[in-house]
Amino acid sequence: MQRAILVVFLVLLGIGPLVLSEFHITLLNYIGLSAVVALGLVLLTGVGGLTSFGQAAFVGLGAYTSAYLTTATDLPVWLAWAGGSPWLGLLAGLLLTGVVAWLLGTLTLRLSGHYLPLGTIAWGISIYFLFGNVSFLGGHTGISGIPALDLFGFELKSGRAFYYVIWVMLLAAVWITRNLLDSREGRAIRALKGGTVMAEAMGVDTARSKIIIFLIAALFAALSGWLYAHMQRFVNPTPFGLHIGIEYLFMAVVGGAANVWGALIGAGVITILKQWLQDLLPKIFGASGNFEVIVFGMMMVLMLQRARDGIWPILARLVPAARGSSRAVPQGAALPKKAMPQAGADILNVRNVFKRFGGLVANNNMSLTVRAGEVMALIGPNGAGKSTMFDCISGVGSVSEGEISFLGEPIAHLTARAIARRGMSRTFQHVRLLPGMSVLENVAIGAHLRGTKGVLPAALHMERAEEQRLLAEAARQIERVGLKGSMFEQAGSLALGQQRTVEIARALAADPCLLLLDEPAAGLRYMEKQGLAELLRKLKAEGMGILLVEHDMDFVMGLADRVVVMEFGEKIAEGLPEEIQKNPAVLEAYLGGVE
Amino acid sequence: MDLQIALLLAQDGITNGAIYALLALALVLVFAVTRVIFIPQGEFVALGALTLAGLQAGKTPGTLWLLLGAGVTVALVDLVQALQRGSHRRIPRIIAWNLIYPGLAAAAIFLLKPAEMAMPLQIILTLVLVVPLGPMIYRLAFQPLAEAPVLVLLIVAVAVHLALVGLGLLFFGAEGSRTPAFSDASYNLGGIVISGQTLWVVGASVALIAILYLFFERTFYGKALRATAINRTGARLMGISTVMAGKLSFLLATLIGALSGVLIAPITTIYYDTGFLVGLKGFVGAIVGGLASYPIAAAGALLVGLLESYSSFWASAFKEVIVFTLIIPVLVWRSLTTRHVEEEE
Repeated sequence: MQRAILVVFLVLLGIGPLVLSEFHITLLNYIGLSAVVALGLVLLTGVGGLTSFGQAAFVGLGAYTSAYLTTATDLPVWLAWAGGSPWLGLLAGLLLTGVVAWLLGTLTLRLSGHYLPLGTIAWGISIYFLFGNVSFLGGHTGISGIPALDLFGFELKSGRAFYYVIWVMLLAAVWITRNLLDSREGRAIRALKGGTVMAEAMGVDTARSKIIIFLIAALFAALSGWLYAHMQRFVNPTPFGLHIGIEYLFMAVVGGAANVWGALIGAGVITILKQWLQDLLPKIFGASGNFEVIVFGMMMVLMLQRARDGIWPILARLVPAARGSSRAVPQGAALPKKAMPQAGADILNVRNVFKRFGGLVANNNMSLTVRAGEVMALIGPNGAGKSTMFDCISGVGSVSEGEISFLGEPIAHLTARAIARRGMSRTFQHVRLLPGMSVLENVAIGAHLRGTKGVLPAALHMERAEEQRLLAEAARQIERVGLKGSMFEQAGSLALGQQRTVEIARALAADPCLLLLDEPAAGLRYMEKQGLAELLRKLKAEGMGILLVEHDMDFVMGLADRVVVMEFGEKIAEGLPEEIQKNPAVLEAYLGGVE
Repeated sequence: MDLQIALLLAQDGITNGAIYALLALALVLVFAVTRVIFIPQGEFVALGALTLAGLQAGKTPGTLWLLLGAGVTVALVDLVQALQRGSHRRIPRIIAWNLIYPGLAAAAIFLLKPAEMAMPLQIILTLVLVVPLGPMIYRLAFQPLAEAPVLVLLIVAVAVHLALVGLGLLFFGAEGSRTPAFSDASYNLGGIVISGQTLWVVGASVALIAILYLFFERTFYGKALRATAINRTGARLMGISTVMAGKLSFLLATLIGALSGVLIAPITTIYYDTGFLVGLKGFVGAIVGGLASYPIAAAGALLVGLLESYSSFWASAFKEVIVFTLIIPVLVWRSLTTRHVEEEE
């Protein structure tokens, strides 16, 4: 059904120029140009959770670079190679935009949420005024006499001919974006919105992912600008101002920022509406001016209040989706595994670790070891500092003082990402899954470090063999924890206990030699707990070291080889399970004193 | 540049910087209390200036229509909600604030001949028209989204800005306005001429900042706003209404914006879209303060004013480029000094 609609859409696009009037062709050209920019914003805002109001400035960079290079008669020597040809102009424009975006991105992306959009407003204005005031770019009058595109010797002078260039490039951009999102890199990008702590713990370089989507969005914008310059054959600063940048963001939001097709719908709706309102409103008000912004502004407010996800999800609901659970389980050759350390060898050694939050000492002089092929349980009353200990060990939180070594290497000051790479994996007490993604994709994030293919192969779908192996590995781990039936369900639709189990599968997909489990049995039913215990015993037998925080004492005592008990951030006891059960300090901590 | 010019530019920079400082404080206040990055702040500067100019020219300022329109809309929305929830006790209040108050304001404009009034009365009338727009806009645009992520609120703020700019063009037209100075006096201080208007602007800004300080330190409502800024949920559990805090912070921001407009209207010609850039310069100041610190924000805004004034001398065409590029080193500095905390959805 969905495929049929896509085919009909493509056929209509293809025959459009044969039947439509010049006016409608021009309108479709503008929609296509805007959609390329909005597509970048879908990736940036809808998927990645970052926002830019300054995309119009990147459009301007693409347009002006090519306009200048193809019209200037006195190019400096070092630039002479890029002169004359629009295609070289495109290359130069993409290069320049890439460099500028990379610089701006590294400067602002590290800051929390709202600084980036504010930054984009500021440099959007800066670049706009720069275009208008630099003499070699023609100031406010701009640059005219830009040559038309030539393709295999044909000059594309008419809007009809240009239509195909624009829409082929747009569809290529859609294809690339969809490919990228459906890949290892894509899962890392989709984790940016609300899942960066988890992603870092699974070895994803989230800062890199942010820069990547920021760059792609900027390059799409520059491409649109280049097309615009050679279609109009004239540029001036007006279409690259901040208000146009805001309009691009509105397109993405109105269309539905979470889906690539939302960009096309948003660009269509806003472009047509603008055209219509610019005719209508001046007649109503009896004055000339850009009154459509009043309608756009109010429409956006209503939209964000009533239908924050935009038009696309509303349309998508009309088409019956293919049932998720009927999909085939991915098959593929096993991924290479790291060698397990010798059974009984110390793999984790925590020595005299302190963790202070201001005046509160959450971990006070904590020491413990975990050996390969054993289950070490860390127990204690609520608030004893167990999860803080986990965060220190896995690098999610920093250590205030003390030493931690893993496989003989000091790791106390490494990032979560670097620690994950060394073969440690963990689950979280407060489940950190990406609720909108399938169980399979969530687990596949765990295998992130076992793949190597980057953005470019992903965008062109040249990494399918590796992707297949990653998904197959994820599927095997899901099967192993007993959730095969829910593989294609949305992770957020599972019961809490099952979500915890998905976290275990995700940690296992990383091929760890040390597994940190934070309350894995909470929320599980009796039979499920039995199954989990069985699984942990099997992992132990394979030589994995397991550090376990758990409140279910039957579960812990039946499974653990050794136990460490914490209270108020300190270790109060350590030993075999049966010793711990009789230890007076432990009894007092759990049951209170008797005096 | 000799010392004379340098001092003249400094005077210019401080005058504008004082205005930016006021706006920066309002922005920090609104962000702290409601998490809204208040992009439309600048529009209230323009509305304040254009309304005063309109009153002085004997025209009916378009702000009145804006106030009547917003009032009717808020009244409708609130009345429907009150009826649905059966809270009939609220109805008289809703009608009084959203229908009767704008009606009285309209009567004042039509009956009192504002063009012949003394300037202080004209200013008060300006504030009467502009300031209620703030809480009304909060009610219509932001209150239904109070729990939304900062990013959504920011997009809404940008949308409100766009709508207000369009309405400004509709009601005031594309021509700019300038109002007469508060005082024509000028003082000669060791060879430097200081204009009376500069003293007015700086004095009024300092006075406003002092009043705000007292408001936050000494009054119950000020403390309620501070409590909400520190911990929204906690404040609500203590009986401080988030809606009240939101409306109050918007009221203060609008008051500051409109007063800023009144103060700079004699210095520069104000157009319907001038406010945006003025407001954004306040923003650069606010960002210097990390959207959190009032004194640093004010100092940052002063710096923006000075930078703008000196760059208009050295490279006037690139004035805006220089001022807005300042934000980049500021952001770098902030990124090196603040620890990034993930905002979970």
